[in-house]
Amino acid sequence: MEKKAIVLNVNNQDYELYINPKTLLVEAIRDYIGLTGTKRGCETVSCGACTVMVNDMAVKSCSILAIQCQGMKIITSEGLEKNGQLAAIQNAFLHEGSYQCGFCTSGMLMATSALLKETKKPSKNEIKESIEGNICRCTGYNSIVRAVEGVANGKYKEGSL
Amino acid sequence: MIQDFTYLKPGTVKEALTLLTDHVDECKIVCGGQSLLIPMRQGLLVTEYLMDIKGLDELSYIKYDAKEGLKLGATTTHRAIEQSDVIKKHYPVLALMEERLASIQTRNWGTIGGNLAHADSAGDPAPVLMTLGAKVKLASAKGERIIPLDEFYTDLFESAMEHDEMIIEIQVPPPAAKMGAAYQKFNLLQNDMGVVGVAAMMTADANGTCKDARIVLGNAGVTPIRAKNAEQVLIGKKISDQLFVEAGEAAAGDADPVGDIHASEDFRRHLIKVLTKRMAKQAWEQASK
Repeated sequence: MEKKAIVLNVNNQDYELYINPKTLLVEAIRDYIGLTGTKRGCETVSCGACTVMVNDMAVKSCSILAIQCQGMKIITSEGLEKNGQLAAIQNAFLHEGSYQCGFCTSGMLMATSALLKETKKPSKNEIKESIEGNICRCTGYNSIVRAVEGVANGKYKEGSL
Repeated sequence: MIQDFTYLKPGTVKEALTLLTDHVDECKIVCGGQSLLIPMRQGLLVTEYLMDIKGLDELSYIKYDAKEGLKLGATTTHRAIEQSDVIKKHYPVLALMEERLASIQTRNWGTIGGNLAHADSAGDPAPVLMTLGAKVKLASAKGERIIPLDEFYTDLFESAMEHDEMIIEIQVPPPAAKMGAAYQKFNLLQNDMGVVGVAAMMTADANGTCKDARIVLGNAGVTPIRAKNAEQVLIGKKISDQLFVEAGEAAAGDADPVGDIHASEDFRRHLIKVLTKRMAKQAWEQASK
């Protein structure tokens, strides 16, 4: 199999990878780049645990070829924090208890971050729609919706804990 | 585990068509891959060559003209269709259908051409586009042809596309005067694949009779199915609630569903009966406004 040399820009850093073209984005991020915040879940575009942002859009990295994302801006949950300061949405999740086992959390953070990029003041319905493709099996969705509302209305800001 | 393939990345449609001819019978096309990569990972689909057309931006467009109607480039994403003002205005049923198609993540990356080419009978866009009288433009290195979407689906995951062809455009005629259209699928999670789906389009004439009707059933057989007997119940008639009930019963007869883990054959027919009645009524209420 002819491997390909590609460059992926993840969290504003370029990574040169030498990969089989069948490598999925989630595999490139986790196994080649070593960022394990992004989770492998159902691997059938159903659960949302692998959600990352590509060019500010939420997408499921389990069903995208890494090679398709060359020249695009990929952000994972590790890329939310800036200079040791948590993003507002991360603070909101912490304070609202929007996680329990934590497996869905990075996907939830990326899906809701993409929503907040698109609209600063989302309605409750828009918030619910943004996480329609993300399954949480323990803490439930209400605390996640509250966290996004908290960012939208300015209750939570970026900063350290 | 995905089986190895040779990756092809054309820079233009012309180049894509040449590559397709060079590797005919050994090549699958991937765009968003939201449908294709799943059977590939499950080992159900193996291909020698995979041609990636996601980057063919020349096929990513939404054009509307009052005379020509709507033209959608094959690599236009579902999300772009859902959010398009011109589609919301002239073909609201299309935008509403897209809102309920899978998750935002899938709509951000998945494309209309890929969805239609995948030829899944449970796909949402095909029934709606068929009621609107859509056509698909296919291209190969030899030339182009346009066929009605009605004639596109031939069998389970099979279409009328030749192996050296690809979809490049979807064309929808301008909406008729006094036209209404509605689509609903039945499922337990709102944005899942439909257990069944029903799309209906109706037009009214000046006297309040039904001029034309199209009803298309999704996941009610191996392909999307035109419920022609149900349409005949409505066309040319003075519309009453009783006729919607009769159309529903006719549609249940037009369907050819299978039973599976999601629903039995009988339950699918029941759902088609009920949804056809409701969708025809909704379409008529818009048409006769």
